[in-house]
Amino acid sequence: MPALLEIDGLEVTFAGEAGLVPAVRGVSLEVDRGEMVALVGESGSGKSVTALAVLRLLPEPPARITGGRILFDGVDLLRVGEEPMRRLRGRRIGMVFQEPMTSLNPLLSVGRQLTEAMEVHLGISRRQAERRAVELLEAVGIPDPEGRLRQYPHQLSGGMRQRVMIAIALCCEPDLVIADEPTTALDVTIQAQILEVMQDLCARLGVALLLITHNLAIVARYAHRVNVMYAGRVVESGEAVALYRRPAHPYTLGLLDSVPRLDRPRGAPLEPIPGSPPDPAALPSGCAFRPRCRLARPRCAEAVPDPVPIEPGHRSACFEYRRLRAEATA
Amino acid sequence: MAAPALPEERDRLPPRRAGWRQFRAVLLRDKKALAGVVVLSVFVLAAIFGPFLSPYDPNDMLFEMMAPPSLAHPLGTDDLGRDLLSRIVVGTRISLFVGVSTVAIALVIGVALGLVAGYFGGWIDNIIMRYIDLQWAFPNFIIAVYLVAVFGTGLLNIIVAISLAFVDDFARVARSMVLTIKEEQYIAAARTVGVPTHRIIWRHVLPNATAPIIVQATVSVSYAILGEASLSFLGLGVEADTPTWGLILADARSFISRAWWLGIFPGLAIMLTVLAINFIGDALRDFLDVREVAER
Repeated sequence: MPALLEIDGLEVTFAGEAGLVPAVRGVSLEVDRGEMVALVGESGSGKSVTALAVLRLLPEPPARITGGRILFDGVDLLRVGEEPMRRLRGRRIGMVFQEPMTSLNPLLSVGRQLTEAMEVHLGISRRQAERRAVELLEAVGIPDPEGRLRQYPHQLSGGMRQRVMIAIALCCEPDLVIADEPTTALDVTIQAQILEVMQDLCARLGVALLLITHNLAIVARYAHRVNVMYAGRVVESGEAVALYRRPAHPYTLGLLDSVPRLDRPRGAPLEPIPGSPPDPAALPSGCAFRPRCRLARPRCAEAVPDPVPIEPGHRSACFEYRRLRAEATA
Repeated sequence: MAAPALPEERDRLPPRRAGWRQFRAVLLRDKKALAGVVVLSVFVLAAIFGPFLSPYDPNDMLFEMMAPPSLAHPLGTDDLGRDLLSRIVVGTRISLFVGVSTVAIALVIGVALGLVAGYFGGWIDNIIMRYIDLQWAFPNFIIAVYLVAVFGTGLLNIIVAISLAFVDDFARVARSMVLTIKEEQYIAAARTVGVPTHRIIWRHVLPNATAPIIVQATVSVSYAILGEASLSFLGLGVEADTPTWGLILADARSFISRAWWLGIFPGLAIMLTVLAINFIGDALRDFLDVREVAER
């Protein structure tokens, strides 16, 4: 059976003052039904652009999708008109944004915003939608859901609002939810709760989740598979556990080494990745990570490495991954 | 299984829906606004019950001509021997009606144009806004005079003329609001759940743009009342025997040196109404601003 979502060679460019800037340069990834897939990368790596491209909500212009396909349940979303696309949004693909503080309309009650998508897509009455909204709020862990329905966004804390956003994303029982840094704006204590809620609900409802984050630590715990993005490309992809234990791209390794981990000796020094991400308007030749990579060889400047399978289900876009692995075992 | 909620995630802020109670608090602090509400209430009552309140028939020419204010005629009589107080009281209705109805029409048309121009942008924006610019290049009153000259005089034509003349103000305010609101995350969020465009504009954009539109409306009401007065003053207003403030003032022109009361009192009525509405508009703006500050 084909994957629920299959992004194949997606390319997005932005028209900037300095000409065309490639933001996404041939991203391919898959999400199966009911699966939780992470898309990891730092700011500007193109992960949010990829997500918005799936929903066809990139501002065009300045953005332009210049290549690739986005197959959702067998249909290429890049060839679908705006009206069928609108019927798909919220109905079959839900989205949770990074900023729960600004993602809710301050002038509409929580209830109205929750029922809106259901009224639009499911053609059910206001009363039915409200009954369902109560269930949803309960499911995302909001106490006194009836009372909350009548409240306005400013009366809810950030964690509460994000729970509401999750409820909205799930209200029409979509096939896929895209969560773009859903916990970045929240307190650390609440982050875990929100992820638990999402994971639990998606698993129960059989909803696939594409989790976009810059936090690789989250990924190990909540995702089945991981795609690591750097400068508009997926540089490594694989099963979360395999990728975490035996990274096959120096960037992934750098990400893992730059955060404290409980499975390392205490007091071991953190290794920051030297340098900073490249300017997308002036990418280095060859591999975009080359200037920051200590394993770089001359051939890394000559050609852009494509992701190649290095073991079943694990791909790396690094010419030197064998050296990396050898180092790790040494 | 419901996820546990943290105890700290309880209500922390007072209800935001600012209602009459809060507005009353603003009024009690802001004496100008309070005065505005009182004065405007008097005029509104006069507009509603004018014919019952006026001591005489406004068109009765049975009295001494150009009598100064006295007990029988508190504001004096005009050149045809009509009671000035009665004429001003009865004239309130048309003046206020013109003021409110023209603004209502201008608001609906202008806000609709501004919303569409701002939300869709591109060539739609260009077409609408170039027209608005064109209109903006001329003073509103000149446009109203021109339109009355084309359509002819009469109450309905005056209302149409003044309404159209004010459309550009509302279109500009609405458009500038939309340009900021449409970049808000909650608009993007509404689009991601597939809310149709018309519904986004109606339910998500417009309600967030109301504060400056209301303020613009109060400013425009006072200009519209002045507009009717000015048109009537120029003889482009309603029929000669209809008592409106502008017309009373226009008639007083020739006698201003002999009968001061003929010019002063209708002028005072216009001034008080305009001031009252402006004071209320200021308070309304403060009131709505407070709400926005508390929200952040």
